[in-house]
Amino acid sequence: MLQAETSSQAVGAQEAAEVQEQAQDHVQEQANGADLKPLLEVKDLEVAFQSSTGTVPAVRKANFSIYPGQTIAIVGESGSGKSTVAAAVIGLLPGTGKVTGGQILFDGKDITHCTRKEYEDLRGSKIGLVPQDPMSNLNPVWSIGFQVREALVANNIAKGSEAHKLAIQMLEHAGLPDAERRSKQYPHEFSGGMRQRALIGIGLACHPKLLIADEPTSALDVTVQKRILDHLENLTSELGTAVMFITHDLGLAAERASYLVVMHRGRVVESGPSLEILQNPRHPYTKRLVQAAPSLSSQRLSAGVEAAQSAHEVSDSSSEQSDSDEVLRAENLVKVFDIRGAKGEKQELRAVDDVSFSIRRGTTLAIVGESGSGKSTVANILLGLLKATSGEVYYEGVPSSTLSAADMFKLRRKMQPVFQNPYGSLDPMMSIYRCIEEPLRIHKIGTREEREKRVAELLDLVSLPRSAMRRYPGELSGGQRQRVAIARALALNPEIVVLDEAVSALDVLVQAQILQLLTDLQAELNLSYLFITHDLAVVRQSADEVIVMRDGKMVESGSCEDLFANPQEDYTRDLIAAIPGGSIPLWSGN
Amino acid sequence: MKRYVGRRLLQLIPVFFGATFLIFAMVYALPGDPIAALGGDKGLPPAVRAAIEREYHLDQPLLIQYLYYLKGIFTFDFGMTFSGRPVVEVMADAFPWTLKLALMAIVFESVFGILFGVFAGLRRGGVFDSTVLVLSLFLIAIPVFVIGFLLQFIIGVKLGWLPVTVDQSMSFKSMLMPAIVLGAVSFAYILRLTRTEVAENATADYVRTATAKGLSRPKVVVRHILRNSLIPVITFIGADLGALMGGAIVTEGIFNIPGVGGTMYKAIFQGEAATVVSFTTILVLVYIFTSLIVDLLYAALDPRIRYE
Amino acid sequence: MSKDTIYPGQEHSFSDIDETGLGAVDAVPDDRPPASLFGEAWRQLRRRPIFWISAALILLSLLMALFPQLFTSADPRYCVLKHSLEAPGPGHPFGFDKQGCDIYARTIYGARASVSVGVLSMLLSVTIGVIMGSIAGYRGGWADSLLSRVTDIFFAIPFVLAAIVIMQIFKESRTIWTVVIVISLFGWPQIARICRSAVIEAKQEEYVTAARALGSGGWANMLRHILPNAAAPIIVYATVALGSYIVTEATLSFLGIGLPPTIVSWGADIASARSVLRQAPQVLFFPAGALAMTVLGFIMMGDVVRDALDPKARK
Repeated sequence: MLQAETSSQAVGAQEAAEVQEQAQDHVQEQANGADLKPLLEVKDLEVAFQSSTGTVPAVRKANFSIYPGQTIAIVGESGSGKSTVAAAVIGLLPGTGKVTGGQILFDGKDITHCTRKEYEDLRGSKIGLVPQDPMSNLNPVWSIGFQVREALVANNIAKGSEAHKLAIQMLEHAGLPDAERRSKQYPHEFSGGMRQRALIGIGLACHPKLLIADEPTSALDVTVQKRILDHLENLTSELGTAVMFITHDLGLAAERASYLVVMHRGRVVESGPSLEILQNPRHPYTKRLVQAAPSLSSQRLSAGVEAAQSAHEVSDSSSEQSDSDEVLRAENLVKVFDIRGAKGEKQELRAVDDVSFSIRRGTTLAIVGESGSGKSTVANILLGLLKATSGEVYYEGVPSSTLSAADMFKLRRKMQPVFQNPYGSLDPMMSIYRCIEEPLRIHKIGTREEREKRVAELLDLVSLPRSAMRRYPGELSGGQRQRVAIARALALNPEIVVLDEAVSALDVLVQAQILQLLTDLQAELNLSYLFITHDLAVVRQSADEVIVMRDGKMVESGSCEDLFANPQEDYTRDLIAAIPGGSIPLWSGN
Repeated sequence: MKRYVGRRLLQLIPVFFGATFLIFAMVYALPGDPIAALGGDKGLPPAVRAAIEREYHLDQPLLIQYLYYLKGIFTFDFGMTFSGRPVVEVMADAFPWTLKLALMAIVFESVFGILFGVFAGLRRGGVFDSTVLVLSLFLIAIPVFVIGFLLQFIIGVKLGWLPVTVDQSMSFKSMLMPAIVLGAVSFAYILRLTRTEVAENATADYVRTATAKGLSRPKVVVRHILRNSLIPVITFIGADLGALMGGAIVTEGIFNIPGVGGTMYKAIFQGEAATVVSFTTILVLVYIFTSLIVDLLYAALDPRIRYE
Repeated sequence: MSKDTIYPGQEHSFSDIDETGLGAVDAVPDDRPPASLFGEAWRQLRRRPIFWISAALILLSLLMALFPQLFTSADPRYCVLKHSLEAPGPGHPFGFDKQGCDIYARTIYGARASVSVGVLSMLLSVTIGVIMGSIAGYRGGWADSLLSRVTDIFFAIPFVLAAIVIMQIFKESRTIWTVVIVISLFGWPQIARICRSAVIEAKQEEYVTAARALGSGGWANMLRHILPNAAAPIIVYATVALGSYIVTEATLSFLGIGLPPTIVSWGADIASARSVLRQAPQVLFFPAGALAMTVLGFIMMGDVVRDALDPKARK
């Protein structure tokens, strides 16, 4: 953390001398004993939503404070009320939400029940916002420059050509290269990271005293995330802006903030200095969170006792197979897509470029890469959903391109996918029973009664109650749906399960649960996993072998431990360094 | 942008030929023998009949007749009615009426539809919203001719505010009621479309971000809610011109307007093939032309389209 | 400004466990009945008064169409000129029209023509539209381009004028089916467009990919996963379309080119009421009112069903 600060100051000094000048008075304010007076104080805040069945409390008696120039983080899972707190501070509670009790004091003034006009004066110029999803938070029909300029004009910072100049300057400070030209472009011409920089530019355009950053980078690749957060840290420390991070990621919170507020079900369960909380959590919920947080210091998960025993039996019974028993091998896979370039001319995109690997029985191979690295394309080729342009996939030594359609159909039973999006991977029109039964029906296995029994067994296997089979996907949480998806994948007793970002969309605790379940199942059923992910921390917990991919090519491969201990390539090192909170030692249980 | 417009233009070519050919084939199948009718009770001598058939290429197969017809169009020769009047003259009489009527209807439906729709959408679920929504459903449910009769009877006859039929000078006052009747259903659709779009865009993330910048509410509404909501509404309005011109027949009947609908109605019953086909061709061209304008507007309003 | 500074009020503190509770991570709900998409929609519909109003209107029009005898014992075709334009009286609650026919009986019997044209045209348009739309959406490529051009052609032709031409072709042999076919001929392209985009959206879902990875092929997926998920917008549009087809039939009858004159129909009755509107407004009012109420029933139903099936509106 400290290390990050020093390096950032060095860069910051040369980058934004002007901003620093403007921010000089802020810094002075801080020096003059403003330390004692909080910038923002939230006292016994209560927020509730009106629904057809009554009021639903979303925040209950929340207390915390932010001092000028300080960075704090509110940490919690989805539904914990962390975003609602932020929305209440800036007066943007959605729909039927209302502050039902308590106080929000900003600069000593009660802003709990401002009029619309008072809020308009506050927003932008005193409290800025960097929203969560860069894809939906910029208006697609206005140019980026216009959207920054708008903030300046609305807060009477500048007008006309001066606003234009300032806007470009702000975009430059936010780390947007070639800002002059870029400011004339529209949001759809920007990548996610670029858009987030533009949003940071908008949030800081009027030099607010407080910046609310609501999950500002959760939609971005890790390396981009790190660069943007570093930059944000420089900017805010130069401007003396206080920052309120809203995040689900404990590691990120601890790395960026000095003070943490942990929320759970609308309440603040624990708060205090970051390191103190990570190393000495007191509330059981915080303890759970810290334990579940995947970070560099975590180890490969091991199966529970029972599962381990049965795994032992399996390996005994198949002792004639050697350790290097290979279930699947891919050789020199290449996939080329024809795409259209900016001017409509035909182009070739080598989505997968000469990728080879093999998976041993009962082990996990992880393919790690950022968006556009071609990792999902590899998964789709293995699953037979895409045809490789060249190269071959051997399944237990048999080249799959030589298989007849009937043999290919049989092969599909041996290899099953679990996809990323727990909301998209189950047909919403089918009951859970029908979802899990579908593979059995397609492959015409068993009678009705046998299939029903099998579905019940599978639900047991993924630790879901049997009563869940009558429910519909819409009623289950993300984690539960992912369990159903795993049960469906296991229905046909596959040997290989392809997990395409299977845990990325889940909350930390649920993610830890699912990872443990996968580890137990692997030991129990001697499964082989192909783990496709962007998240190196998860890889560390669950993989034996790792391949790092970038732009369709293999950058590095090797055993998981070697790769983390001794990365050979710069890109791998960047990825490892980008894991938030990677270097912070955590509390490790009682 | 150029690519996009070029592609749309290419796509509209088969539409033109397909639509005109379909109409041509349908008219070809119309029953009756207009040539025989020319001769009256006495009937035409066979030689005269053959001469007429040759002149109008009626002795050729359908496809050849269609090609002759196309050739005529591209040389601005729309042929003659059976009574010897050039079809172009008939069109010159009828089209100004319908065009003026349709344009007035478009102005009426857009102005009021958008106005009501915005207010309803901004206060979704409120009293105004609910009332306006139910009223718009009534407008869609009641056939145009009933609305026409009622307005004519109440405003024209009982109250005497507006003339019951149009006058030859196409005065604004006499055309007002027909235009409202013609635009009534589209008014309801525009209102509902605007309302849905506004209500949806009002909850968009970028609107929240704009509010968080410190923008005043009116600016947020105009720049970020309205600007985005109007894209589909404007494309609807653009596409509606062709539909109104082709669908004006009922309104024209009620208010005795000598426009496209009435002329074609008569022509169809008399088997005046040249008139029917020419009129429809013009209407198809209006549709194609407005489609193209709509595409251009769409590209101008939505930057995402320009780079497709 | 060291990050290690601890400010007043920011000391390490944690709340009482009893007060905050903890609960199991991710418990499955077991206190509610299972909620399928249509089950949920039904639960929501039940609470909307508009749903019940439109259901009652639809039911009433269906009853009138199927069993007109339930409502009246009078014969709609029995007309006595002496009663021409007589005001409502005992046994004749709506009075008489110009020909001296009982308006009440004609209004009841007129339902059959309207409702059957509406229902049949809807079924035919949906059948053609869904087949074409599914093929275009699922196959994509040239099939899609071809279908898009064909639908464009139908949109380019002015409907009423083309309908007049076609009805004129079948002048001598006009039946209820002629009207149904003409309406469907111009009705299916719209349904095909809606179906096409719903299918394109559904086919990209991960559950379809998962089924493909299981080895389940093309059209089986279409029937099992894609069409059921694409059904909602089609159902909504079909309900509204049914209403608008009834209006179309009335318009054609009004123009004198719809149903043959022997069939009692609201459209024709409204058309003939025009000349006597000044003396006897009831002649127009009752058939027009019945027509509007029937159509209103269907389009209101479409509207509430859309709200109930739209997951965005629900959350």
